[in-house]
Amino acid sequence: MVLGTYKEIVSARATDKQIQKVSQDGGIVTGLLAFALEEKIIEGAVVAGPSDVFWKPEPMVAMSADEIIAAAGTKYTFSPNVMMLKKAVRQYGIEKLGTVAIPCQTMGIRKMQSYPFGVRFLADKLELLIGIYCMENFPYASLETFISEKMGVSMEMVEKMDIGKGKFWVYTQDEVLSIPLKETHGYEQSGCNVCLDYVAELGDVSTGSVGSPDGWSTVITRTDGGDSIFKQAVDAGVFETKAIADVKPGLDLLQKLSAQKKEKNQKTIDERKAMGLPVPF
Amino acid sequence: MSLINRIKKFFGMEAKPDIEAEPDAAKSAEGASEQEVEKVAEEKAKPRIGYIHLSGCTGDVMSLSENYDILAELLTNMVDIVYGQTLADVWWDDENPMPEMDLALVEGSVCLQDEHSLHELMEVRKRAAMVCAFGSCSATGCFTRYSRGGQQARPDHESFVPIADLIDVDCAIPGCPPSPEIIAKTVVALINGDMDYLQPMIDLAGMTEACGCDLQLKVVNKALCTGCGTCVMACQTRALDMTNGRPELNSDRCIKCGICYVQCPRSWWPEERIKKDLGL
Ligand SMILES: Cc1cc2nc3c(=O)[nH]c(=O)nc-3n(C[C@H](O)[C@H](O)[C@H](O)COP(=O)(O)OP(=O)(O)OC[C@H]3O[C@@H](n4cnc5c(N)ncnc54)[C@H](O)[C@@H]3O)c2cc1C
Ligand code: SF4
Ligand code: SF4
Ligand code: SF4
Repeated sequence: MVLGTYKEIVSARATDKQIQKVSQDGGIVTGLLAFALEEKIIEGAVVAGPSDVFWKPEPMVAMSADEIIAAAGTKYTFSPNVMMLKKAVRQYGIEKLGTVAIPCQTMGIRKMQSYPFGVRFLADKLELLIGIYCMENFPYASLETFISEKMGVSMEMVEKMDIGKGKFWVYTQDEVLSIPLKETHGYEQSGCNVCLDYVAELGDVSTGSVGSPDGWSTVITRTDGGDSIFKQAVDAGVFETKAIADVKPGLDLLQKLSAQKKEKNQKTIDERKAMGLPVPF
Repeated sequence: MSLINRIKKFFGMEAKPDIEAEPDAAKSAEGASEQEVEKVAEEKAKPRIGYIHLSGCTGDVMSLSENYDILAELLTNMVDIVYGQTLADVWWDDENPMPEMDLALVEGSVCLQDEHSLHELMEVRKRAAMVCAFGSCSATGCFTRYSRGGQQARPDHESFVPIADLIDVDCAIPGCPPSPEIIAKTVVALINGDMDYLQPMIDLAGMTEACGCDLQLKVVNKALCTGCGTCVMACQTRALDMTNGRPELNSDRCIKCGICYVQCPRSWWPEERIKKDLGL
């Protein structure tokens, strides 16, 4: 299935104005983690927090809604969130953990849960894994190339980055700049070119912007646990939802992009295998 | 194939895999009383397990015994531990020949200068239908790879190798030590004859050389790394950190256990299993 196994797909956004303001799309990740924390479904969450360098995230254990909110927004470079999971359990004493992960990170987490060869007493602590859609990710130096070099904006001026409508966008205080996505091609990390997962097929809940209007997110609930937590949050008024069939551009676009990613990267996998290179998929 | 058959035969699984797991179903099944089920269980010879302790630190058997609450029934009633110092207080010497075993768990690497260990390992291969390299010392050599001899009480004990360097090994469970969970999962899979789950352990029997630098050689150099951070999380000695989205090894801390590469989602990918476990 091109969108993975799921229970339901809706378009949604957080009702909290503060979350709407800071989050990338519909504030699903921030809203749901904060809700789970408040309801004591989780005791803390690993998120992509800020570091000393602008737009270079660092995985962080958030123990409060404020800390979760401070980590909102997409950073288009590595935040190896998985590395912090053990620390969250061992050093922060978290027994019920939440996290947000791009698809390749969900893979590391799920493999650890099914085959915890050298990882003790962590697999069963993960209560909520929110997957986010991902087409590719960039080394920090690539970001600098297209933002500082191609667009002529220094990193500290950037307020938001986004990918959408075929372009890479940069928002500053008083400007909106973009370059065609074509110009970013070849700057992504090479590991992405064999990745077959666009819509975080192994998340408890998965979300991304594609399919929904600006300021809204497309939410896919997958596991029993994820479905139940998301529905509780909707019932509690944390999110407002619309049927995915009623919004534009809708599911067709999501399916199309997911299928394109799979097709293109399967070709790369085949090419690499033909050269004798290893690919585990 | 022959191994799969051996495992199935070992647990007497060809006939009725779930007889123990579903006592209720068995009870209500027509004509099958509880006593009869018990009788079947009794008549079915209990698998004989041996624990062989070579050059390892006892951490692996401790991890195993951490499961006693879940595995007590199994370890005391469903299998016979026929050999082993710690678990059964049975020790092999000239007067007491090593018993036949269905499964031998071998902890520790083997020292080439230690004649007794060499002898014991060879004997195990003869006596055991299946040999499992249990823990990283046995599977990859782990930190015993650093030995250079010259230490008391046996300065001549210098060369330690994974057991697969000397004998055929059927499966491996790396880890320093392997987690209690992987041990429990493996045992449950064995009992249910769940070969799909065990396939990675069978494949890992061939991984006898490991190092944190595998991440660079086999993942980063092969254009596979995604910067996910799983390797750093998994390392049991904190020998790894992430620098600019790639694992960086502090080789002074690395014990060559192989766990970072084993846990990396880009080394091998058990997709079907994961989906099944998640109900997806
Ligand atoms: C590299 C990358 C590529 C993406 N590509 C697409 C795409 O092609 N199509 C699409 O629809 N969506 C894509 N997304 C997801 C999208 O940008 C939003 O992150 C998602 O819709 C969540 O928005 P939100 O408002 O619900 O989250 P928010 O409330 O804004 O929270 C975002 C959360 O993501 C975490 N996060 C931010 N950056 C990273 C990172 N680099 N690694 C791990 N976690 C991070 C933050 O900690 C925060 O908790 C991508 C995200 C990333 C990180
Ligand atoms: S495309 Fe795949 S491999 Fe690359 S960052 Fe996204 S999820 Fe990871
Ligand atoms: S880096 Fe860590 S996990 Fe990897 S082999 Fe070395 S000690 Fe083991
Ligand atoms: S686990 Fe593998 S893919 Fe992930 S960061 Fe480590 S080496 Fe790279």
